[in-house]
Amino acid sequence: MSSGEAGDRRLGIVGAGRVGTTIARAAIAAGYDVAISGSGAADRIALIVEVLAPGARPVSTEAAVSHADLIVLAVPMHRFRELPRDLFAGKILIDAMNYWEEIDGVDQELATAPSGTSVVVQGRFPSARVVKSLNHITYYKFDEGRRPHGAPGRIAMAAAGDDRAAVAAVMQLIDKLGFDAVDAGPLEAGRALEPDGPVFGVSYSADELSNLLLPSASSA
Amino acid sequence: MSTPQLELGLDTFGYVTVDESGQPLPPDVVIRDYVEEAVLADSVGIDSFNIGEHYRPDFMDSAAHVMLAAIAGRTNRIRLGTAVTVLSTQDPVRVYTNFATLDAVSNGRAQLVVGRGSLTESFPLFGFDLADYEELFEEKLDLFTRLLRDQPVTWSGKFRSPLVNQYVTPALPPGHLPTWVGVGGSPQSVVRAARYGLPLMLAVIGGPPGRFAPLVELYKRALVAYGHPPLPIGMHSHGYVARTDQEAVDIQWPYWKETFEKAALERGWALPTMPRFQAERAEGSLYIGSSETVATKIAAMMRLLGLSRFDLAYATGRMPHQQRLATIELYGREVIPRVRELLADHPVPAISTSYASAGATAQPGV
Repeated sequence: MSSGEAGDRRLGIVGAGRVGTTIARAAIAAGYDVAISGSGAADRIALIVEVLAPGARPVSTEAAVSHADLIVLAVPMHRFRELPRDLFAGKILIDAMNYWEEIDGVDQELATAPSGTSVVVQGRFPSARVVKSLNHITYYKFDEGRRPHGAPGRIAMAAAGDDRAAVAAVMQLIDKLGFDAVDAGPLEAGRALEPDGPVFGVSYSADELSNLLLPSASSA
Repeated sequence: MSTPQLELGLDTFGYVTVDESGQPLPPDVVIRDYVEEAVLADSVGIDSFNIGEHYRPDFMDSAAHVMLAAIAGRTNRIRLGTAVTVLSTQDPVRVYTNFATLDAVSNGRAQLVVGRGSLTESFPLFGFDLADYEELFEEKLDLFTRLLRDQPVTWSGKFRSPLVNQYVTPALPPGHLPTWVGVGGSPQSVVRAARYGLPLMLAVIGGPPGRFAPLVELYKRALVAYGHPPLPIGMHSHGYVARTDQEAVDIQWPYWKETFEKAALERGWALPTMPRFQAERAEGSLYIGSSETVATKIAAMMRLLGLSRFDLAYATGRMPHQQRLATIELYGREVIPRVRELLADHPVPAISTSYASAGATAQPGV
């Protein structure tokens, strides 16, 4: 079964910190079957997952990745290079990470990446289908901003990626999580979603977000 | 040493303030002004005065223990603490000697919050790599708790020289120098505090405080899992108290805007706007308003999260000394009694003080 088909509601999340557990919680609420991993063995995150994302299963990194076609990468940015290069082969890899100098230290490659940090991530995992998403809204909005499809006033999230089918699958995830989805264009256009970009940390409607991302947003 | 049931204190980062004409004051004047503010806080019944740790020209809190000692000499009652001690870039032995000595000169009033802080200039300044943050904090917290609880210490680690059967002076009486762990929202940090059996200080600077309820639940469950008794939970957030809500907004907003515009440009955050400021007051983490408004919100959050401690990081930004004194007066004389009144029917459960020093055995005579 390929991701994007109506029946596939599996999600793997690599990273059980604030970001990973928040996304896990939202996905559980949306009816997803979620497997989540931290930096050590599964039992080290069992209590965290039980309290912060009940219903998600704490597993090893390998098990989280093999659990689904759709994987969220939510480790601290200064640790993503610790993961094996072929770990995400063939997977749609949602890069939900943000580079923060005061957390990650000075990382020249990330700080000066001309096409944004997700292009660096794609370069690290060449066999993955990287989509930049889930990184630019304030994390507590994942809990309190969720609305059913068609509800008025939904907050929007953007997805940027070179693999168009992967972007479409991520946009479906965004919709199921309770948000309107905006196609932000190719992966390098994802730079606009980063902390120093024009949309970070603020809740926008789909129209507002699309306008702010022009001209990088591609037409549907 | 007894622990008050509810501890309501103040935090400051030692912002360089301006005079009435808007000119920055000299650093030494700023430092003495903060000492005066703490003396006033003591006189109006505030439980603690807690100073941060930064190494930037706009903050005068690079040596909190010295300021706290000066305050100790002018007061008898107020507790003297840190809003954050950036333990990762400190030597735990020096933190112990500085604050155990402060505890002695103050007759048992010293306390600590150890954590990350939000600015990172101490890393390059003292020669550490930010990417090592977690390892540094873990190692130094390990050594520091050994010094508190288990002297003489034999210890080795990666980032400093080993100790062999080492006494570090002065010995602390049992229950002294309570050491809280400051956390911003990372589940791993919460679990670490529980693992060490140290009380939890939530740094809540944006968004609805209620969203920390799951982290509080995680902390309590982790304490049980690690075999520790229940421990206190506190929170610190920004605020300003004035005679009316409007006056508080009018006084605080210009300095808030100035501070966060600067931070936003430096750090890539969204710029502050009045609508966002008001939203934070209404539903988020700003405690800005009249005494009744602020007291009501503090009490509600303490009840919601089961807190026994709240510190108000008062008067954010370069606000002049006189306006800072005015808010301290109101916080002590009106807000704190009202919070105690509102929480009188929700007593905080008794908690263990095992998180402070164990009381060193008698040290060898010289």
